[in-house]
Amino acid sequence: MHQVEIATTQETLLDSPEMVLNMGPQHPSTHGVLRVVLKLDGETVIDLDCDIGYLHRGMEKIAENRMYTQIAPYWDRLDYIAAVSNGLVWVETVEQMMGLPVPPRAHYLRTILTELNRIASHLLWLATHALDIGAVTVLLWALREREEILKIFERQFGARLTCHAWRVGGMPNDAYDDFNKDVRQFVNNFPKRLDEYETVLSENRIWLSRTVGIGVISAEDAIAIGLSGPALRGSGVPWDVRKSRPYAAYGDMDFDIPVGENGDTYDRYLVRLEEMRQSRRIIDQALENLPDGPVNAKLPKIVKPPVGDYYHTIEAPKGEIGCYIVADGTAQPWRVRVRPPSFINLQALRQMCIGHLVADVVAIIGTLDIVLGEIDR
Amino acid sequence: MLLFAPIDVLNDLLLRLGLGEETIRYFIWPLIQIGLVVTLVALWVAYATYLERKISAFMQARLGPMRVGPWGLLQPIADGLKLLTKEDFIPEKADRWIFFFAPYIAVASAFIVFSVIPFGPDWAVIADVNIGLLLVLAVSSVGVLALILAGWSSNSKYALLGGLRSSAQMVSYEVAMGLSLIGALMFARTLSLSGIVGAQGADSIWYVLYQPAGFLLFLISGIAENNRAPFDLPEAESELVAGFHTEYSGMRWSLFFMAEYAAMVVVSAVATTVYLGGWYFPFVYRLETAGHHNLFVLVSVLVFLVKASLILYFYFWLRWTLPRFRYDQLMDIGWKWLIPSALINIVISAFAIFLVQALNGYRGMQTIEFLDRGLNLTAAGKAIMIVMGIIGLFATAWLLSRINWRSRDFNLKVQRRDIKLVNMPKGKPAVQAGS
Repeated sequence: MHQVEIATTQETLLDSPEMVLNMGPQHPSTHGVLRVVLKLDGETVIDLDCDIGYLHRGMEKIAENRMYTQIAPYWDRLDYIAAVSNGLVWVETVEQMMGLPVPPRAHYLRTILTELNRIASHLLWLATHALDIGAVTVLLWALREREEILKIFERQFGARLTCHAWRVGGMPNDAYDDFNKDVRQFVNNFPKRLDEYETVLSENRIWLSRTVGIGVISAEDAIAIGLSGPALRGSGVPWDVRKSRPYAAYGDMDFDIPVGENGDTYDRYLVRLEEMRQSRRIIDQALENLPDGPVNAKLPKIVKPPVGDYYHTIEAPKGEIGCYIVADGTAQPWRVRVRPPSFINLQALRQMCIGHLVADVVAIIGTLDIVLGEIDR
Repeated sequence: MLLFAPIDVLNDLLLRLGLGEETIRYFIWPLIQIGLVVTLVALWVAYATYLERKISAFMQARLGPMRVGPWGLLQPIADGLKLLTKEDFIPEKADRWIFFFAPYIAVASAFIVFSVIPFGPDWAVIADVNIGLLLVLAVSSVGVLALILAGWSSNSKYALLGGLRSSAQMVSYEVAMGLSLIGALMFARTLSLSGIVGAQGADSIWYVLYQPAGFLLFLISGIAENNRAPFDLPEAESELVAGFHTEYSGMRWSLFFMAEYAAMVVVSAVATTVYLGGWYFPFVYRLETAGHHNLFVLVSVLVFLVKASLILYFYFWLRWTLPRFRYDQLMDIGWKWLIPSALINIVISAFAIFLVQALNGYRGMQTIEFLDRGLNLTAAGKAIMIVMGIIGLFATAWLLSRINWRSRDFNLKVQRRDIKLVNMPKGKPAVQAGS
């Protein structure tokens, strides 16, 4: 990656127009422990470099010494905001390796719960993004909605944030008794609340002037960098794994993909808001057609996929999360590699920020919606 | 009145102690007044933080401080004690003395202004200076110095950026703030704050009716002057950590905090004095005519506090609703919008005064009643002024938006299309449901 020359010393601080500002790893709005070294002319960013790895836990290496079923809980800690989606990519990859038939009820429940998780993740993004730009009240409003989803998760999985949702072959247990009622209630109340956030932000002059034309990235550049998720769709590329390679029960669902046009922060904001509406639509449909039956496939005592390498992707809230596994016929994978969407999206930061002001760097980090757990792994 | 008996008793006691009447009048009483005002303002400032937390909590569907005392009423006191007992930390590389004194400059400049604020009639004014308003503007701009010094002496880049931002911001907005007051001064014909209140009383009108544009401009530039959201760039916590007070902690930090809230109270008090008729309120004078002088003063002070608190509430409301401006946008608003509007407002106010004077005696119309304490108009004159004020407000807004219409930063919503929804064809499924 590009390196910023850190040559400015105390003596030259006054003579040179440039200043190196070290943003993070302890900074309120780098969303965790991201360190960004900014080279500033006044407040204009002329160069920047990201320093990552403060949250490195060696997950991919740990996975080489664990059984296939033991690795799943580690995967929930990749993107800890969207533990449910991350868990799904692991179990689905292993299921494909094994050729396991997953019961349709499990597929439908997976769809409902991952979409709930997408809404929760987008709500947290909205909360922190608005906070970065200075709208504090939106933070608490969005967290209030997220709380409803976390309550459902707590009742279903026993945990609010780091919920271990799936098992290879299905789900650990069926939906709890009031599941339908709770989800239905959330689905019914949610659009009203979303409109409420829009009244505070979407037409707000300050919000517009802070987001329109900020962090523009063209469709060509977005594809070249490998952006995925709302960051790619904001630039006008209609790409969504849920549509192009449907997994779980997405093949049966009817929903639209929101696509931006200008590739700026405001478009990505609108895309994410619309995605929440579409997620709600998917949950609505899945709940309507939720089939009965078992939620778990019959599984051998030890999961031992055949030799070979497998790659599977799903559409996580942050983008396309992929899992590449090389199996050597034993109960442990030989090599595991994650395609973390945040890591790849973060690469666009430099291109997006140069020429903007310090305040915009914060807005752009917010709009990329990164999670350091996933970047550093 | 039993309540006010101690005042006379104290006066007698001081006289008996052998102090001259002059000493008592110009030295002892002001000292008592200062003590009272400083205590009360400090309490007001402390409870302004409490109110802000409560109000923000209600806006955000939560409760706010609830633990210390009933409804958390003792929270500011607990906070104060906590901050007093915290370590007074000065970074090693900081410029020690400047770092040491900057908070005191901030607090002093914010509190000195209260010496000329007329909280009420008679004994509720510490000093009625004939350049009161100039003193307010001059002393409150010394507060900038504290911010720059704090930012510079911390020897931290975030603090430095915060200090630079605050200096640029306050210098530009002071111009708009000073200009926005001139319209009201043309009606009052005095710079003494008590005089301005008196002029409004004599004319029995609040200048906000003559000067809606001036009032709005003063409020907006006042927010910017106080570094409050949406103009809180010098301490924008999401960008600059804490801006100029990044390196401060404990009591020194809380002094900055007090200075900020005191400056807010000052702006609210000045806005009340100049535009909202100060301590005047309909029918309160009846207490005076009924012979309850001290009660009248007390009620007037309460009226003043309520009016100023309403403006404070407006500040809280804005802070918890709006996102933050960017540095260049802030400058745009200051120079492209506020200062031109303030200038236009001066011209329109002058024209309105000219119009009222020219119409006086025209076809037997009487607009001016008398001219010795400010501008005293008849009902017809007042109507002309109010209409001119409203026309001025809308004309200014229209003119400036015409000028800025083609600007890239203006009217952003019209410039763009919305996102579109694509119903993509489905690809080959990765996992067959129920296969």
